[in-house]
Amino acid sequence: MADLVQSLFAEATWVHYLVVALLFGAIVVFGLVLPIAGITTWVERRIMGRMQSRIGPNRVGPAGFLQWLADGIKNMLKEDIVPTAADGPLFRFAPYVVMVGFVGTFAVLPFTSALIIADLNVGILYVTAVTALVVVGILMAGWASNNKWSLLGGIRSAAQIVSYEIPAGLSIFPIVMLTGSLSMQEIIKLQGWAPWSWNLFANPFAFVAFFIFFVSALAEGNRTPFDLPEAESELVAGFATEYSGMRNLLFFMAEWGNLYVIGAIVTTLFLGGWQIPFTFESKVVQHLLEFATFFLKAYGVGVLVPIWLRWTLPRIRVDQMMSMCWKYLVPIAFVNLIGTAAWMIWSPVWLQVVTRMVLVVSAAAATMMFAHRVVYHLEYAKLTRAHLLFNPLATTRSPG
Amino acid sequence: MSLAGFEVEVQRSKDDGGVVTEDMTLSMGPQHPSTHGVLRFVIRADGEVMKEAIPDIGYLHRSIEKIAEKVGWHGFIPYTDRVDYVAAMFCNHGWSFACEQLAGIEVPKRAEYCRVIADELCRIHSHLLSVGSMAMDIGAFTPFTHAIREREYLNDLFEELCGARLTFHYMRIGGVGWDLPTGWIDKLSHFLDRFEPLVDEYDRLISFNKIFVERLAGVAPVTAEEAIDFNLVGPNLRASGVRYDVRKDEPYSVYPELEFDVPIGTGEKGIVGDCFDRYIVRMREMRESCRILRQCITQIPDGPVIAKVPRNLKPPAGDVYVRLESARGDMGWYVVSDGTAFPHRCKIRTGSFSAISIVPKISRNLMIADLIAVIASLDLVAPEIDR
Repeated sequence: MADLVQSLFAEATWVHYLVVALLFGAIVVFGLVLPIAGITTWVERRIMGRMQSRIGPNRVGPAGFLQWLADGIKNMLKEDIVPTAADGPLFRFAPYVVMVGFVGTFAVLPFTSALIIADLNVGILYVTAVTALVVVGILMAGWASNNKWSLLGGIRSAAQIVSYEIPAGLSIFPIVMLTGSLSMQEIIKLQGWAPWSWNLFANPFAFVAFFIFFVSALAEGNRTPFDLPEAESELVAGFATEYSGMRNLLFFMAEWGNLYVIGAIVTTLFLGGWQIPFTFESKVVQHLLEFATFFLKAYGVGVLVPIWLRWTLPRIRVDQMMSMCWKYLVPIAFVNLIGTAAWMIWSPVWLQVVTRMVLVVSAAAATMMFAHRVVYHLEYAKLTRAHLLFNPLATTRSPG
Repeated sequence: MSLAGFEVEVQRSKDDGGVVTEDMTLSMGPQHPSTHGVLRFVIRADGEVMKEAIPDIGYLHRSIEKIAEKVGWHGFIPYTDRVDYVAAMFCNHGWSFACEQLAGIEVPKRAEYCRVIADELCRIHSHLLSVGSMAMDIGAFTPFTHAIREREYLNDLFEELCGARLTFHYMRIGGVGWDLPTGWIDKLSHFLDRFEPLVDEYDRLISFNKIFVERLAGVAPVTAEEAIDFNLVGPNLRASGVRYDVRKDEPYSVYPELEFDVPIGTGEKGIVGDCFDRYIVRMREMRESCRILRQCITQIPDGPVIAKVPRNLKPPAGDVYVRLESARGDMGWYVVSDGTAFPHRCKIRTGSFSAISIVPKISRNLMIADLIAVIASLDLVAPEIDR
C-alpha cells in the first residue's frame, strides 16, 4: 500500500496514508466483507431449506437472493435496546470488538498474487492473534448483558475458543516448518496449482494437520457441532440474548463472514491458494482467474462444508467439547509437529514422492466414492420418492 | 433465597484459595425454547453443573376438569381435545369410553376400529413431534423438519377424517362422529407405504449418529424400581425395561384382536432406562403403530359407526375409572355421575404429570445441556401436566 500512496501523491505525509488506509478499509468492508457475509446467509438458508425439504427465502429478488439486503435494512431500522441493568458502555462496545477481530483478518488474506492488503512477514501469526479478539468481544457481551444465559454463553465461548486455539496453532506449525515462512504469499508460492503439489499432501502429518485445523477452526467459529456459546435450545441465544437490531446482526455477520475466513486460511495453508496452471499476458485475466480459484476453494471448504455439517449434526456437550480438545486434538497435533520435523530431516526423497502420490490417490479415491454415494442416493430418491425432490433454485414447490 | 415462591437454598463455600463461591440460581422458562410449552424449572447450578432442578407447573392450567361439571356429557368432548393437544384423539377416546361405561352403551364394531385407527395415527403424530423436537433440543434441526413434514401428511389425513388438524373432536359417546371418507383407507395405506421407509431414513439420519448417541446414552437412567415408584407410564416406563402396556395388559376396544409387540428399553447404547432408551422406544412404537394400522385396514368390518345415544344423556348414578394407552402412557379417566345431565366430577390422570415428578431426582449433578435432553426424552407436554 505504501507504493500506492507514494505513486499517487508527490509528497506523502501521514495524513495521506491515513486517508488512503481508511478508504481502502471502507472499500474492503463494504465491497467485500459485507457482501460475502450477507450472501453467505442466503446460501446457507437456501441449502438448509433444501436439506430440510422446504424452500427457504424466496420472496425478495430472484430466488430470494436479495433477502440478505432486506434483513440488513430491517435490522438497521430496528430499535437498539440496551437493558437497564446492563453495563452500557461495554454492552455497546462488544459487537465492535467482535467485528474488528473478524474484519482484521482480511488484511492479510491473499486473494491473488498481487491483491493483498498487507503481505506481512508474520501473516499467519497475525491471523491467529487477531481472531483471538473475537473471544474478548463475546466474553464482554456475555458479561455486560447482565443475564445469566448470556454469561453462560460467554464463558462457554471463552473456554472453547481459548482451548481450540492450541490445536489450531499447533497444526499451522507443520506448514510453517515446511515453508520456512509465516508470510501468506510465501506459503502459497511454495505450493503448485496441482493437488499433488499442495501442502495437504506434502506428508502424512500435514494431511492430519489439515483435519485438526479444520475442526479447530469450526470450534473457533462457533459452528455446529461446536455451537455451544449460542446453543439456542439450551442458552436461549447465548451471549447474544439481550442484543437486538444492528448490534445483534454484527455478531452474526462476524459468524457468517468468519466461515469464509476459515476457508481462506485453509486454502492458503493446505490447498495451494490462488495457484493456477497457466500464466496470461493480460494481468487482468490472470488476476481474475486467480481470484476465482482462491474464492471457489475457500468458499467450498469454508462455507459449503460447514453448512452441510451444521444442518446434519447435533451439538456436543461442554465436557465432551473440552475432552475432545485436550484429550485428542492437542496430543495428536503435538505428534504431528514432531512428526513433521522428523520427516523433514530423515525421509529420503523417493519416500517423499511416493507418500505424496499415495496420499493424492487415496484422497481422490475417497472423493470418488463419496461422489458415487451421493449420486446413488439421488437416483434412489428419484426412483422411490420423486415427490420429495425439487429444483434447488425453485421458488415454489409443485404439489407432491 | 426465595425465587418466585420457591425456597432455593443457596450454598456458600470457600474454595482452597479462600474465595467464597455461591451457587447460581437460574430460572429456565416459562419462555424458553426447550421447555415445550410454558413450563418452568428453577435451577440451582454450580457453573454448568446443576445441583437441583425444581419444576414449576401451572402456567397452562385451564380448569378443564371443572368445566366438565358445567357443560354436560356430550358438550365436554371438544374440551378434551385441549387436555393434550399433541395427542387429542386419546382424550376424546378416554372421555367417550368412560361415558359409555357409565351409561352401558355398546359401541359398534366399525366404530371401535375407526377409533383404533385414529388412535394409532395420533400416536405416530405425537411420537414424531417428540423425537423431532428431541433431536432439535440436542442441536440437530434437520430431523425436526423431516418429522414435521411427515406430520403434515398426517394432518391432511386427519383433516379429511374430521375436519380439524389439531383439536380433532372426532369421537362421540357411542362411536365416532363420521365414517371414514371414501378413498381414505387407500390414502392411509399409501401413507404407511411411504412412512415406514422414512423411519429407517430417520434412523440413519439421527438415531445412531455418534454425537446424538453420546449425548443421550447413559444420561439420567431410571431403573425399573424407580420408574414404578415414581409412577412413570407409557414409553418412559417401558424404556426402563418394564413391559407394561394397557393395550396388552388391560385390553380395551379391539386391541385383543390385533397383533403387535411392546418394545422395551434394553440399554443397547448405555444403561437401561437412559435418555437414549426413551428415545428409541418411541421410534419402535411408531413402527408397531404402522403394523396395527395395516391390520386395521384389512380387518375393519362394515356397519354403523355410532350407537343410538339419547341426546339428553343421563347416565345412572355411579362412578367409573377407565384407562387407555395414550401416546404418553396410561391415561386414566375417573368420572362420577349423579344421574343428571351434567357429570358430578371428572378427574384426568395423565402421563406427563407423573413424569415431571422424577425430573428433580434424575437431573441432579447433570449438566444444564443434559436437563434439556431429560425434558425432551420424558416427552413432557405442558397442557397435559396442568390441564
